[in-house]
Amino acid sequence: MEGHSVYVPKSGFTKWLEARLPIISLTHSSAVAYPVPRNLNYFWTFGAILTMMLVVQIVTGVVLAMHYVPNAKLAFASVESIMRDVNFGWLLRYMHANGASMFFIAVYVHIFRGMYYGSYKAPREVLWILGVIIFLLMMATAFMGYVLPWGQMSFWGATVITNLFSAFDEIIPGVGTWIVTLLWGGFAVDNPTLNRFFALHYLLPFMLAGVVGLHIWALHHVGQNNPTGVEVKNIRKDTVPFTPYATVKDAVGVVFFLILFAWFLFYIPNFMGHADNYIEANPSVTPAHIVPEWYFLPFYAILRAIPSKLGGVLAMFSAVLILAFLPWLDTSKVRSGNYRPVFRVFFWLFVATCVVLGWLGAKPAEGGYTLAAQVLTVFYFSYFLIILPLLGLFETPRQLPGSIAEAVLAKKAKSAAPADASVNG
Amino acid sequence: MKLTKLLAAGVFTVVLGALSAPAPAQASEAGPTPPSVNWSFSGPFGKFDPQQLQRGFKVYREVCAACHSLKYVAFRNLAEPGGPLFTEGQVKALAAEYKVQDGPNDAGEMFERPGRPADHWPSPFPNDNAAAAANGGKAPPDLSLMAKARTYERGFPTFVFDMFTQFAEQGPDYIHALLTGYVEKPKDFNLPAGGTYNKYFPGHVIAMPKPINDGQVDYKGPDGKPQAPETVDQYAKDVSAFLMWTAEPKMEARKALGFRAIIFLVLLAGLTYFAKKRIWKKLPDPV
Repeated sequence: MEGHSVYVPKSGFTKWLEARLPIISLTHSSAVAYPVPRNLNYFWTFGAILTMMLVVQIVTGVVLAMHYVPNAKLAFASVESIMRDVNFGWLLRYMHANGASMFFIAVYVHIFRGMYYGSYKAPREVLWILGVIIFLLMMATAFMGYVLPWGQMSFWGATVITNLFSAFDEIIPGVGTWIVTLLWGGFAVDNPTLNRFFALHYLLPFMLAGVVGLHIWALHHVGQNNPTGVEVKNIRKDTVPFTPYATVKDAVGVVFFLILFAWFLFYIPNFMGHADNYIEANPSVTPAHIVPEWYFLPFYAILRAIPSKLGGVLAMFSAVLILAFLPWLDTSKVRSGNYRPVFRVFFWLFVATCVVLGWLGAKPAEGGYTLAAQVLTVFYFSYFLIILPLLGLFETPRQLPGSIAEAVLAKKAKSAAPADASVNG
Repeated sequence: MKLTKLLAAGVFTVVLGALSAPAPAQASEAGPTPPSVNWSFSGPFGKFDPQQLQRGFKVYREVCAACHSLKYVAFRNLAEPGGPLFTEGQVKALAAEYKVQDGPNDAGEMFERPGRPADHWPSPFPNDNAAAAANGGKAPPDLSLMAKARTYERGFPTFVFDMFTQFAEQGPDYIHALLTGYVEKPKDFNLPAGGTYNKYFPGHVIAMPKPINDGQVDYKGPDGKPQAPETVDQYAKDVSAFLMWTAEPKMEARKALGFRAIIFLVLLAGLTYFAKKRIWKKLPDPV
């Protein structure tokens, strides 16, 4: 997209550098002049929040790796030594562990925001799919990271989740077992598993950062969606330069999010965790309930809702992968949920479904819980496969504003004269 | 208008986190909910009571240590800030009372020497197998992390409120309940051999016999008077507090830093927000 201003090198050095590597003008065009729709709300600050969280996780993770020992006999004790003997080790470890949860809270808000405002629709399909890839990488990274402290839930979570792949034996005999053996590096979750998970847990975040780079590149190429869902028509009227407008607004979002983060980190650092993970891994003692981390619970509920193992595994993976097809499943020409009265109802039902599935994922898979999970699993998939495709054909959307500028002016007029409006109305 | 949106985004985030956070996993046949004890270390300004930790340490040393190890705790920890605050001298003398295996020496032999403050607490058994063999087939668990490794289900909606009240004392509540939970078994309860009935232990059958009785640990101070009631309830409270400290020895530093961090962030949030308002106010209308 065309920017608001063009960088012109002034000093001798910047002219020299610009002629050889135009890095200053690249930074200027993507972080200063980049045009941002002027009507973005605070839900659009979650991109900045997520970028910050990725940096927090990588920085704390690298320092933790300097003290952590990836060995089945020493891992648990090394984490305790980080907590007790490393200077501010408790801070680093709690920051990293709670940071993962915060990362997921932010990513879920970010995804739901995209779903509500139709941010996945043309021309943003690739941007959206890159986001789904980021989400998958995050899940893989978080899962492997949770194994590293080598507590009971680490060990048994790893056992349950890696064992899921054996279900593929039902499709092609031997393939599932082959995958499981490869993941384990042997015939049970043991030291080789821990070692490869540690290596991958260190590797994946950098791949993640790479895909985030592509995600931002795609974003800057097509431009941001906005609450009206109407494309930018006039850069001067509809947008503002990224700096200072979006920069300062993102900063507000980031700082408020940090308050939430600090609350958990300093006062209830174990709230999101499991007590069982403070017991060292023991292959001969199974915990009463094996429960994944909270951010996997909706998918875990879907897994357990299907009576067959293969069916459950396929449903669970489909629940994530179906997101990638969202741009083509939603047939509506209107992007923003603000102008889609029926969609809006289903959207919030979908959000509620995900939350309740998460709650069910933490409950034992029995009786009413399983039945509820089955009903909600059906709704989860219906939302993508039936509701969204049909809604676009039958729903009558509300009148869209002519442009972003028009919407901004209309809103301003409304809030400037609320008394008049109520008299007239 | 903008502020409401900001708040809405914030509330949405919190609620999303709240609802998606799980109730802790727990055995389905868990006992009744442990009573809440009024701990000195709960809440944002909570601090350990060094006197209580010293008493709890005495209970651990004279009662629990016969069977339970405390392997992540070093003698030197007992003198560190935010703990029982024994003096360096006391810790040195205490460590020297224990024999610690060291070696091999230049002759290739393992040898025993008096403990030093840097040594970790000596375990009662040489290894887990020996511990299991001496205790009916199951090793008594290490106690260092017990106060974080045990919990009970808080249930919905309590676990949501816990986020705001900063409740994080399930562990010590449970340990206190367990130690005071050795009551007469109900008439119709079928107790297997080698087990003891406990009101709060999941499944009610615990391998550990009643470990402590009224008056068992001497709480007399230099003046010859007990400094706290010599009752099972008080012993249980003191040792639970001590185990909370062994599980979370940096808790006081964490909460103190947290207070400063939150004050800083709230001020920064205010400044950033008003900076944002000022910058956006100067933006001309899109005409």
